[in-house]
Amino acid sequence: MSETPLIGDVGTAAGAALSGTPLSGARIGVVTFPGTLDDRDAARAVKLAGGTPVALWHADSELGDVDAVVLPGGFSYGDYLRAGAIARFAPLMSKITKAASGAASSNPLPVLGICNGFQILTEAHLLPGSMIKNDHLKFICRDQALRVENNRTAWTNQFEEGQEITVVLKNQDGQYVADEKTLDELEGEGRVAFRYVGWNPNGSRRGIAGITNAAGNVLGLMPHPEHAVEPGFGPLGADGHYSTDGLGFFASVLSQLVDAK
Amino acid sequence: MTAGNRTVQTAPKFNIDTVEHAAGTPDVELPWAELGLKQNEFEEIVKLLGRRPTAAELAMYSVMWSEHCSYKSSKVHLRQFGEKLTDEMKKDMMVGIGENAGVTDLGDGWAVTFKVESHNHPSFVEPYQGAATGIGGIVRDIISMGARPVAVMDPLRFGAIDHPDTPRLVHGIVSGIGGYGNSLGLPNIGGEVVFDSVYQANPLVNALAVGVLRHEDLRLANASGVGNRVVLFGARTGGDGIGGASVLASESFDDSKPSKRPAVQVGDPFAEKVLIECCLELFKHSLVEGIQDLGAAGISCATSELASNGDGGMRVELTSVLLRDPTLTPGEILMSESQERMMAVVTPENVAEFEKVMEKWDVEFSWLGEVTDSGRLVITWDGETIVDVDPRTVAHEGPVYNRPFHRPEWLDDVQKDGFRASSAGKSLPASGEELKAAVLELMASPNMCDKSWVTRQYDSYVGGNTTLASPDDAGVVRVDDETGLGVAISTDANGRYAYLDPYAGAQLALAESYRNVATSGAVPMAVTDCLNFGSPEDPEVMWQFAEAVRGLADACQTLGIPVTGGNVSLYNQTGTTAIHPTPVVGVLGKFDDVARRTPSGWQQNADGQAVYLLGTTRDELDGSEFANLRGHLGGLPPKLDLEAEKTLGAIVINASRDGMVDSAHDLSEGGLAAALSEMVLRFGVGARVALDDLCERDGVDAFTALFSESQARAVVAVPRSEEVRFNDMANARQFPVLRLGVVDVLATSLEVQGLFELPIAELREAHEGTLPKYFG
Repeated sequence: MSETPLIGDVGTAAGAALSGTPLSGARIGVVTFPGTLDDRDAARAVKLAGGTPVALWHADSELGDVDAVVLPGGFSYGDYLRAGAIARFAPLMSKITKAASGAASSNPLPVLGICNGFQILTEAHLLPGSMIKNDHLKFICRDQALRVENNRTAWTNQFEEGQEITVVLKNQDGQYVADEKTLDELEGEGRVAFRYVGWNPNGSRRGIAGITNAAGNVLGLMPHPEHAVEPGFGPLGADGHYSTDGLGFFASVLSQLVDAK
Repeated sequence: MTAGNRTVQTAPKFNIDTVEHAAGTPDVELPWAELGLKQNEFEEIVKLLGRRPTAAELAMYSVMWSEHCSYKSSKVHLRQFGEKLTDEMKKDMMVGIGENAGVTDLGDGWAVTFKVESHNHPSFVEPYQGAATGIGGIVRDIISMGARPVAVMDPLRFGAIDHPDTPRLVHGIVSGIGGYGNSLGLPNIGGEVVFDSVYQANPLVNALAVGVLRHEDLRLANASGVGNRVVLFGARTGGDGIGGASVLASESFDDSKPSKRPAVQVGDPFAEKVLIECCLELFKHSLVEGIQDLGAAGISCATSELASNGDGGMRVELTSVLLRDPTLTPGEILMSESQERMMAVVTPENVAEFEKVMEKWDVEFSWLGEVTDSGRLVITWDGETIVDVDPRTVAHEGPVYNRPFHRPEWLDDVQKDGFRASSAGKSLPASGEELKAAVLELMASPNMCDKSWVTRQYDSYVGGNTTLASPDDAGVVRVDDETGLGVAISTDANGRYAYLDPYAGAQLALAESYRNVATSGAVPMAVTDCLNFGSPEDPEVMWQFAEAVRGLADACQTLGIPVTGGNVSLYNQTGTTAIHPTPVVGVLGKFDDVARRTPSGWQQNADGQAVYLLGTTRDELDGSEFANLRGHLGGLPPKLDLEAEKTLGAIVINASRDGMVDSAHDLSEGGLAAALSEMVLRFGVGARVALDDLCERDGVDAFTALFSESQARAVVAVPRSEEVRFNDMANARQFPVLRLGVVDVLATSLEVQGLFELPIAELREAHEGTLPKYFG
């Protein structure tokens, strides 16, 4: 069988332009579950930020040679039972959970869970809390302003604290909930990474859009940075121009990986 | 999950009506009338077979000869789309009408396939599932061509916005489209939302899908190669979507089972998403010879179409079909419209690789039989023959009706009742304050108001290739990351125009769609249509249909773009009251590089750009949105000038390609008032315009200048440095062009000098408040 790309696979142009730079050596795995939708977008974002995307399949038993992992958005297993509840049991997830929680080494694997990926991270107990249906009970897709609350994580170090960025929000079950004690802990430890600016689009507790683990290598985010990486193809920022703020997430992890090498 | 047909099913023991049994029992009463067949049609089946049909054969013929599947009332008219094709129109057409969807060459080895279809009746009965499975069905048509689906669109028509049943339909249909489409990862890039009491118990839910493919991946629905295997894969077959089959079930063949089953199919978008990826992997490795989706008429349709388009014969063992409900009769299995199923033809050498792909994606499949050269479609049940037919008689040689039609007698009176002369057209807004109030009223009206209450429930970003979407004139998606190659699509229809004159109405729908694609900057290439009409048994409705098809085929010829596929939906009426004829026309255009696409509003960096109006404004208010606001419908629709549309198209496309325009918006419903308002609202950037020169040149008053719906017009924003070149280009083509004013980034209003100043915030509040007010 020839290994021609599937229709819709991201071309090589963007990556080729940057090959040979230190960043292109960083390999970012993008996991596809049955029902994953934004895997090609996430791969494109990695490439545009200068990294090398590596396609990972949920049923693989080994993580292989990757430096970080993105769990992209979508409806893994149709969101049946509960969003992310089935995906967390995928063979590859146990490897990711182990590598991310640092049990394997002192250098835990950076993991970004976007939307459904965030839901999977909470189901896998890498992050606390969970997501329930939006308070208005409808799917919502909009250009969303976020405030950076923590720029000390693997995925946010290229942002300024307090900076307002615009990415895309699109979800059905995006209302972040946790008990008061957990929320207080998250706030106290600076683990709320992003908050919605202005109107709270899904009723999330304390306007939380994204959280990180204590080590700062695992980030769960309800909105979609991978849809804000190219002028002309993403959301409009507060200034009325196309936002490419999403690139900052991927640039952050690449920068950290290069620094670590 | 169980992959493959390793689960052994035991065939239930029905009193099977075999071919042998049918031949020996000619006098058995069959429920052909309950299945919707006419006496002459039943007699034709007996003649074709030389005996009475078996129960299974009757099931197949009844669904395949239905209006929905056979186009028996519309066929004689639809032929014009083929007959009126010119060589110019065929130039880029790779696949035309008759396959699952038409295919157009995009160059660089890429092709695009698109089609619009109706799911009107199911969506009225069960709005969520009806609308959801409408998306599912059209997407499978696109996959069947070997393409990756890349976007969807939904032209919708509802009853009056304040009717008590409208919220049920709006909520159900919109969430059904979102729930299914969003789960497939397909951006929803546009469509229409129209409210009119004529659609009260007959909402129109049309669904358009577009897909892209490499030339070598093109697949057709045919079963060729004797000895090749026939496989059914995807979801299991259940009792959903069986319309008339419940009648069969209650007949004497088996009376020990429950009767009525839901006639509306139930969708599982997760199963469809997996099916898409699984099919693309099959195409990538060239593992299927022919493929067909299972939609209306299920296995009956797939087997008969695959067989008759290929070597002409197929043998199928029906007990091999994996079932969700083991009590289904053979007839029900043949008629079931269970969703998320595909049928394919695979060479024996590829069987093992095919099974590997199924296992990777956890998709169930079962081998049903093989391709033969017998010229017969033979279906057995546990070895006993229950169907033995010439597949062409099922799939292609059904009845054809030349239904009587005549021009409605009431039409003369309606056409004489123009808006100006009517009582509704007497006291019209004239002062600045009155005109300002009228613009606000228009922009808050159900048809012209902001539709983001709907479109926010659809994912427009997934895939990362959407560069224009609702509310822009056309949806635009990139096809190739490296070159920027892309496509634009718009769908349009104005039921009021078509009611006043169906011939012109269909042409006006095409003209608007063409104009929308052109103003986005794309070169129009192909057409798809969804023809929504009342009952063909009413000669007046049939006349509307015949006129609309004739009009559309003629206009396509003039514009030089072919209809490559579409759908007909008849019987959209309650009692004797039919909907307005609603020929929804989708036009697809091509971009060499989508970076050159033109948004429909002035942008933040457009300060000081000149605002130009292209085209001529006449006193054309009949059938307009303004007349609609005053409750008036009469007269004649705006004059159509396809040559002017072509010239306008050429100007805006060239201007976009050469960087002479930064934004462009077509003029259609609501005229200049709507276009200027929408351009201001798009990015929240104001403008100052004056109407004096326009009124003087075209001999119209300010009211007419704002609200007339004259065709072949567009508003564009031209950078100062390009004004001379832009004017020269329009003048060289002898096309009317007039400078109206300037874009003003610092202004917080739309100012029509000497008449009114409309603050953007006030306009936005009126525009965005309507749908939330009615639907929460």
